[in-house]
Amino acid sequence: MNSTIQPAISVRGLTKSYGALQVLKGIDLDLPAGEVLAIIGPSGSGKSTLIRCLNMMEVLTTGDLRFQGQRVSTKFKDKGDAIGTATLRRKVGMCFQHFNLFPHLTVLENVTKGPTVVLKEDRKAADNYARELLGKVGLSDKAESYPSQLSGGQKQRVAIARSLAMKPDVMLFDEVTSALDPELVGEVLEVVRELARGGMTMVLVTHEMAFAAEVADRVVFIDQGVIAEEGPPEKVMKDPSSDRLKQFLSRFNA
Amino acid sequence: MYNWDFYTVLQSLDLFLLGMKMTALYTVGSILLGITFGLMAAFARLSQWWALRLIARTYQEIFRCTPLLVQILWAFYALPLIIGVNIPNYIAGLLMLSLYVGSFYGEIFRGGINAIDKGQREAAMAVGMSGAQAMYHIIMPQAIKKMLPAFINQSVIQVKNTSLLYAISIAELTYMTYVVNGETYRPLEAYTLTAVLYFAMLFPLTQFADHFERRMRRSD
Ligand SMILES: Nc1ncnc2c1ncn2[C@@H]1O[C@H](COP(=O)(O)OP(=O)(O)OP(=O)(O)O)[C@@H](O)[C@H]1O
Ligand SMILES: [Mg+2]
Repeated sequence: MNSTIQPAISVRGLTKSYGALQVLKGIDLDLPAGEVLAIIGPSGSGKSTLIRCLNMMEVLTTGDLRFQGQRVSTKFKDKGDAIGTATLRRKVGMCFQHFNLFPHLTVLENVTKGPTVVLKEDRKAADNYARELLGKVGLSDKAESYPSQLSGGQKQRVAIARSLAMKPDVMLFDEVTSALDPELVGEVLEVVRELARGGMTMVLVTHEMAFAAEVADRVVFIDQGVIAEEGPPEKVMKDPSSDRLKQFLSRFNA
Repeated sequence: MYNWDFYTVLQSLDLFLLGMKMTALYTVGSILLGITFGLMAAFARLSQWWALRLIARTYQEIFRCTPLLVQILWAFYALPLIIGVNIPNYIAGLLMLSLYVGSFYGEIFRGGINAIDKGQREAAMAVGMSGAQAMYHIIMPQAIKKMLPAFINQSVIQVKNTSLLYAISIAELTYMTYVVNGETYRPLEAYTLTAVLYFAMLFPLTQFADHFERRMRRSD
């Protein structure tokens, strides 16, 4: 498989139902390596469900997920020509709206846990790399702190460092600034912006329209479980074609 | 006015001490076995297979809803009639004590695990951990902290429950007191001394538990 030609992630015919409720109704999506993709849409339209399908946090009801051209199975381990969720999640990091830091571990241990447990890296190497990453997100001085001692913005930056410690090829962000006080949003967006500059392949579910317009190469508008519109941010956000999207965007320009 | 005479019963202090030793042994043994049963019950209850859940649930309800004394007597006097083999009193006693406390531990463990936000498991899985790794490295350390007060409480009760072994002539503290009383005819002193000895074993334990809980709260 040649990962430079294959999209980092691609889905075909993705549907997802919870019981009788069909949340995603047939999504086809390619994420080329190096692209920053923003997913926008009304509340309840299925954005979280979609991004969570991309690392198999949610099992697809129907459809096909590929990572760098390889089929992904729902099993934990690789089998045959399909990779398992273990391999997928090592390569595809995810950050959550509510950070989900491990409260019983220090900031440093939060970052090193994945590499030492999953990648079997030795402590010393993991520590060094974790400190380097904490430096990058501006939290060198918090390595020995516990999550409860941090602000929301700091927590989210630790969570990003925790994901980056796995040296992922793709990062998924699900509304990582939605739970933050307005004055703390900027410091987290700055870290994401820096990642984008570094060429990281990313999917951002966000309500920060200005930020999406600034960093995204492409914007996808999800409405009622389908991709209702997509294109470069200038097009999708400045010149929407559907009424639904116009209506959705108008709420942010008030 | 009653004439207190501890001297007579203290002549048999060695019997009391032997009884305490046995009480401690049955406590530790049944707690260790009980933790094993409790963990199995908790994980079975949390599993995705309904048959496992049902078996664990049945076990827990039977042992939580019948008196321990009846369980002990049943294992010693009734069970041998069914299986046709005599069961030594120490096996019947240890087994029933363990199964009994295990059924309660099971609920404590399950509650502790359930109390951990499911985002913790998701975050662990998101860095590629397996379910077992997430349980061991992320969920359990937090759950243990949450369940510790209830666990210690149940274990304190367990120390006292070993006294029921007296009914099948196991030489723990209460039984020994009964023996000493038979020899000395000094029930007031004998049973008072026993109560004091139980208290002396347990009071430090509850104090430690309180202290520990306060310390835990501080680190949150
Ligand atoms: N585990 C679940 N079980 C049942 N229904 C669910 C589950 N997760 C999500 N849903 C439903 O699926 C729909 C889409 O949810 P989703 O979280 O993907 O929306 P969203 O676009 O991320 O919304 P928001 O902007 O509010 O985060 C909603 O109707 C939601 O109630
Ligand atoms: Mg969402």
